[in-house]
Amino acid sequence: MLLDELIRISYEIRKSVIEMLAEAGSGHLGGSLGLADVFTALYFKIMKHNPADPQWEGRDRLILSNGHVAPVLYASLAHAGYFPIAELKTLRKIGSRLQGHPGKDKGLPGLEISSGSLGQGLSIATGLALGLKLNNNNAKVFCICGDGELQEGSIWEAAMSAAHYKLDNLFCIVDRNFVQIDGPTSSVMEIEPLNLKWASFGWHVASCNGNNINDFLITFSEIENIVLKPKVIIANTIMGKGVKSIEGDYKWHGKAPTKQESEKFLEELKKYYETIGM
Amino acid sequence: MKQLECKELIATRIGFGRGLLEAGKKYKEIVVIGSDISSSVCVDFFAKEFPHRFFSLGIAEQNAITFACGLSLTGKIPFVASYATFIVMRTLDQIRVSACYNEMNIKIGGAHAGVSVGPDGATHQALEDIAALRALPNIVILSPADANQTFNAVFSVVEQTKLPSYIRFGREPVPCFTDINSKIVIGKSEVLNEGKHCTIIATGHMVWEALQAAYSLEKKGIFCNVVNMYSIKPIDKDIIIQTAQNSELVVTVEEHQIYGGLGSAVAEILSQNCPKKMLIIGMPDCFGESGKPEELLDKYKLTSHHIANKIEQVLKGNE
Repeated sequence: MLLDELIRISYEIRKSVIEMLAEAGSGHLGGSLGLADVFTALYFKIMKHNPADPQWEGRDRLILSNGHVAPVLYASLAHAGYFPIAELKTLRKIGSRLQGHPGKDKGLPGLEISSGSLGQGLSIATGLALGLKLNNNNAKVFCICGDGELQEGSIWEAAMSAAHYKLDNLFCIVDRNFVQIDGPTSSVMEIEPLNLKWASFGWHVASCNGNNINDFLITFSEIENIVLKPKVIIANTIMGKGVKSIEGDYKWHGKAPTKQESEKFLEELKKYYETIGM
Repeated sequence: MKQLECKELIATRIGFGRGLLEAGKKYKEIVVIGSDISSSVCVDFFAKEFPHRFFSLGIAEQNAITFACGLSLTGKIPFVASYATFIVMRTLDQIRVSACYNEMNIKIGGAHAGVSVGPDGATHQALEDIAALRALPNIVILSPADANQTFNAVFSVVEQTKLPSYIRFGREPVPCFTDINSKIVIGKSEVLNEGKHCTIIATGHMVWEALQAAYSLEKKGIFCNVVNMYSIKPIDKDIIIQTAQNSELVVTVEEHQIYGGLGSAVAEILSQNCPKKMLIIGMPDCFGESGKPEELLDKYKLTSHHIANKIEQVLKGNE
């Protein structure tokens, strides 16, 4: 798929995120917008998967550890064809398959696990990566973590074990947007030096501009085939990316736009995509 | 009914280890996760036989539970075992969200349950694990009475359910009296003695003590049903109501806090279906301490002698 097409898809995903959150009236806008480029790259270029056969054994798995950015996962799955785009409007409503935080029990196609309690996804991804190797299955496991989430001790238990078992089929992508609910990560609880932390735990570390699809794709291709080590991409992103008036503002971590705000945000989004030449 | 005899003294953890080894021979999907204390919880039997299906994760219980969940997504049946207090209480959120909410087919072995752990003291004596887990949807909880039954419990959680399952067992050698060939069924129980005056419902190591209490009470003309409630969740509602119906008193006995455990489970059922006077015997809302297992069981009145005395007093209206 050409880069232009990927950029167009990321626009559609962002639009859907804003619309579904406005409809829901609550949810996490900032991180969902910030991760739209990473999700586009993963679901529309990098990952082997088949929306017509969500349980295909050979599929690459995506484990969303920071479950609160569910809207960008749902929007990506819908645009990839796992379920009708119209269903995005049911987010957070009673009876919906689109729970506020992912709930596997509701049977949403393409969803691998329930998540929402931080610090657990990387452990699941690690066990899953080991299980795939035991089954001689070449599929890859991608785990998305928030940067604030790295404050959970269990993340580092998982990191230790993934390196111990040399799980080179495991890729952790850290959404490094430097903010969390209470404010900047540096003031809530410093997590730097992040590169050194991961490296000292035995991981291969790469970083990139997580809001530049091309940069993410190039970075992934450079590390994809490194053997005997799990790999982490520290994806530097901007919370709220694409909506200028809220970019980088931690107050939009866990907030949804009103209907009125969403119209303004969609206008801003359109302008952003014009400036990057779509 | 014929009195059951103690064939030998074996720790229930040994029964778990032997069960896991035998189940491992039969089911290739079984893998085991080690949390450093492998020989203490007897998963070393499996590890020696199947080194390539044993994965040490070190002292990291939270990761052990969630890692197991990930493994189960690939069709494996992972067993995680450690001391009950750490593998349940420390990881409760992991068990809740990753295992139960996701309905992952993982199996948890909780060793060193109860005050009979002895000299290690309160930190290592799991007395709240049933209460914590019983509140979670989608979990199976087994609390077998002896080593043979613990052996069989391993097969039950593999063969009878794909839900996350917990098997609770202890440290010290205890009387082994059940038939190794007698399978246990999740959600069921067994009536080991019958009597018209009182129903004693016990679980784990306390089943033997309850039986001895019943045998001694028979000599005084007090006849008791004794139920081995090896399945705590789901629990055998029918047998609880059926045995309680004609009893003056229903007694529960467990090596667990009196709040939230077997006693609470039985009370929930009886109060809504067949209200009865109850006596809940267990740890009286306090932590344990160091001491010899027999000294601790005596101090906290969890031996057959204390159980029988208490029942006699209550039936005579002295308490």
